[in-house]
Amino acid sequence: MLSPAGPKADSVAVLWWILFWISVAVSVVVIAMMLWAALFRRKETTVKHDSGQRFVLVLGVAIPAAILIGTFGLSVGGIAGNADPPTSTQVTIEVTGHRWWWEVRYPEAGFATANEIHVPAGTPVRLRLRTADVIHSFWVPELMPKIDLLPRRVNETWFSADHPGVYRGQCAEFCGTQHSHMAFSVVAQPPAAFQAWLDQQSAPVTAPDTEQERQGLAVLESSSCATCHTVRGTEADGDLGPDLTHVGSRDRLAAGAIPNTFGYMAGWVSNSQTVKPGNLMPPQQLTPDELRAVVTYLQSLE
Amino acid sequence: MSASWVLPERRVAEAAVGEVLDEVWEEEPGLKGWVTTVNHKRIGRRYLVTAGLFFALSGIQALVMRTQLIGPEADVVSPEVYNQLFSLHGTTMIFFFATPMLFGFGNFFLPLMIGTRDMAFPRLNAFSYWVFLMSGAFMFASLPFGVAPNGGWFAYVPLTADFAPGLNIDFYTLGLLFLGVSTTVGAINFIVTALKMRAPGMTLSRVPLFVWGVVTTSFMVLFALPPLNVANLMLFMDRRFETKFFAPEHGGDVVLWQHLFWIFGHPDVYIIVLPALGIISSVIPTFSRRSIVAYPLVVLATVATGIISFGVWVHHMFAVGLANVSLTFFSAATLAITIPGGIQMLAWVGTMLRGRIVMTTAMLYSCGFIVAFMLGGVTGVMFAVVPFDQQITDSYFVVAHFHYVLFGGAVLPILAGLFYWWPKMTGRMTSPRWGIWSFVLVFVGFNLTFFPMHISGLLGMPRRIYTYEDGLGWNAWNLAATLGSYVLAVGLLLTVAIFAHSLFRGPRAPDDPWGANTLEWATGSPPKHYNFPVVPTVHSLDPMWDGKTLQTMETHRHDDERTMTEEHMALRTSELDGRFEAVMPMPSDTPVPFVVALAMLAGFTALLFSAYVVAYVATAMVALSVTWWLWHRPGVE
Repeated sequence: MLSPAGPKADSVAVLWWILFWISVAVSVVVIAMMLWAALFRRKETTVKHDSGQRFVLVLGVAIPAAILIGTFGLSVGGIAGNADPPTSTQVTIEVTGHRWWWEVRYPEAGFATANEIHVPAGTPVRLRLRTADVIHSFWVPELMPKIDLLPRRVNETWFSADHPGVYRGQCAEFCGTQHSHMAFSVVAQPPAAFQAWLDQQSAPVTAPDTEQERQGLAVLESSSCATCHTVRGTEADGDLGPDLTHVGSRDRLAAGAIPNTFGYMAGWVSNSQTVKPGNLMPPQQLTPDELRAVVTYLQSLE
Repeated sequence: MSASWVLPERRVAEAAVGEVLDEVWEEEPGLKGWVTTVNHKRIGRRYLVTAGLFFALSGIQALVMRTQLIGPEADVVSPEVYNQLFSLHGTTMIFFFATPMLFGFGNFFLPLMIGTRDMAFPRLNAFSYWVFLMSGAFMFASLPFGVAPNGGWFAYVPLTADFAPGLNIDFYTLGLLFLGVSTTVGAINFIVTALKMRAPGMTLSRVPLFVWGVVTTSFMVLFALPPLNVANLMLFMDRRFETKFFAPEHGGDVVLWQHLFWIFGHPDVYIIVLPALGIISSVIPTFSRRSIVAYPLVVLATVATGIISFGVWVHHMFAVGLANVSLTFFSAATLAITIPGGIQMLAWVGTMLRGRIVMTTAMLYSCGFIVAFMLGGVTGVMFAVVPFDQQITDSYFVVAHFHYVLFGGAVLPILAGLFYWWPKMTGRMTSPRWGIWSFVLVFVGFNLTFFPMHISGLLGMPRRIYTYEDGLGWNAWNLAATLGSYVLAVGLLLTVAIFAHSLFRGPRAPDDPWGANTLEWATGSPPKHYNFPVVPTVHSLDPMWDGKTLQTMETHRHDDERTMTEEHMALRTSELDGRFEAVMPMPSDTPVPFVVALAMLAGFTALLFSAYVVAYVATAMVALSVTWWLWHRPGVE
């Protein structure tokens, strides 16, 4: 949050620096008085036996009260300032928290992806947040403060990124065993690139090109993969795990836990419990051949 | 012991009635006496030792966690174990260390400070200790079996309901319900003792600030614990008997848990801190050689903190998505509670500025406390600013903040209090030279552990994660924090060694080694079973310094109403102005409190394992033994 990249995070960073300098000033004064007494009011001083009430009333009540009233102004101003986006939002994104990954849905374009949220840079985006199980919290320190995802409730908010870039987000409410590995990324793109990404992601997959990829698709459809995962354009239509339609285009796997490469993905598919212990995907009983085929196929789904 | 070390007034008083009182208040030796004692000083010592052990256990857990976080992707413990460690660490430090430790100080010193011979309900006092011990053992029994609470100390539903099979959360709900009995009866005992048993002449305006702290805390306990108990009972029933209080799919509400938990949880911070601030308010006047500055304002601030603290809980929930109007209200209330804090801070500094400072180990720790509490205070104000809170809540910045408040605001005062009152409790002095080392290591270790967490939090590191990736800029800050925790551990071990050395080799302590101001220093070091041979008449806020109060121990030495030599007896006085009302007979040793606590332990264990028939039997045993307790009053009929 010290390197803000969007209007919401900007305003919090400004608040932080104001609060920081007030805090430094107040602490320095009080600690200096204490140290002065501790160092210089030792052996040869005479004790003053007055009540000291005025000292406490001025320094302990009047001055703090003035500072606190100013601080309250900052608080109320901040609440009001963040309530609505500066311009109307063009894109709505629905994010659903799962143990331990993020389902990301673009209702206007009609598709779902996971753990990677693409947004157009420079325009505010509306967020609609839900959870499928326990409470999670959506936090992108460089872009926006956090907001919780609660069962049977929908929390709405907005954010925007000033410039193209990749911003890391992470679940901020303890949600069980793998709370630590529940990251995501926000990819802000120039509007044209974002539109291209939307078009590409909303299309179903095309038929596989190579023999190995065809074998991979067959494994995917016939094994337990298809019970939990969806690949649009195939028979795999499970809804327990992340949508894998364009999984090959993503940068990382398992909510940020590992890079999306052939080797990491193969390790993940065969036994994800060694990578992210306690996650809800069981180990897969596949022959080395089947494993190679299915991972090759998934990697091809750009 | 050299006779000149006994205060002359006490020597005269002891010469008159000491021998008779020794006989009347003598305790049974051996194991039987150990189980049956109702003496507030023995119970107070037990509280301190037991709470100290829980501190050590939960400190070891913290060291394991810090070691796991020493660098990215470390593999010291599994995620499941890590989650149990941080859940039990928080639960233990809050419930089984901080509050009982300060109740231990209260038990030992509150009766001494107000000039009486025991707590108002000595058997209830023994009972509250046994329940504390047994509920702590109950909670910790989960750890070796790998079923310790794993939902955080705040145990948010639904994670702790449908998503937590196993006994982990049942240990949490039942353990806290069990402990709640101890804390509640302990609080009642403090309130009645402080209101009805102050020495004659101790009007409300002469009550030591430590006593104000303990009494305010006790009132807060009575109002804060019921919501927590209700929440835990509801969660237990949701888990066991299919009730739906917190089940959203059946119209239950997960946010209800958060309200119930935090309307307890935030006052609880002050429940812990107020008696600790009372310790500081005892140490600073003694070593500044003058009365506390602005005493009425400090009393007002203490009580105001207790009241306002019930109106700030929603600042723990600013990211939930509540209505803006309620965020605004709780933002204002949270800022308002800073004012009483500021009053106390300036009263301590003002006292030092107007006095003459004597630098002892206890005073060093008090100065360290002022620095830490100041920093914890200013970061606390930041959380009242709603958008800032939403950005930084549940990050390591919060971990840094509340360790400055709770380690800085409670553990440092507890250490100050231990060094200050050690001679009174044990009759031995500690080494001042090693005391400096203890302070330096603890203070440096504390800051090195917790200060970097502010920065890792600002850099986006969330709380309660068992590991983190490389390349996020968090590595150096975590390494520093882990190294700091080792320094802190060494400092605390050294402190234990200083106390152990003092216990066996330390020089003998006189009655009043520090030239202090309050009445506990008018007793022997350690105090006799009966505390005061002659109950004095209190003439001021600083009875040891007014030149009159101690005199009354001599002048009243033939007055039966002040010596009470026939049996266990104590004085009852009026609530507001401490006027003499009556001499009350006090109960003596009894095993009943122990038996009741044991029956309750059996009952809670039966509930844990769903042996409901056994639980009914245990409940009947509790009822029977309580009846026996009320019927038979040893030493009274």
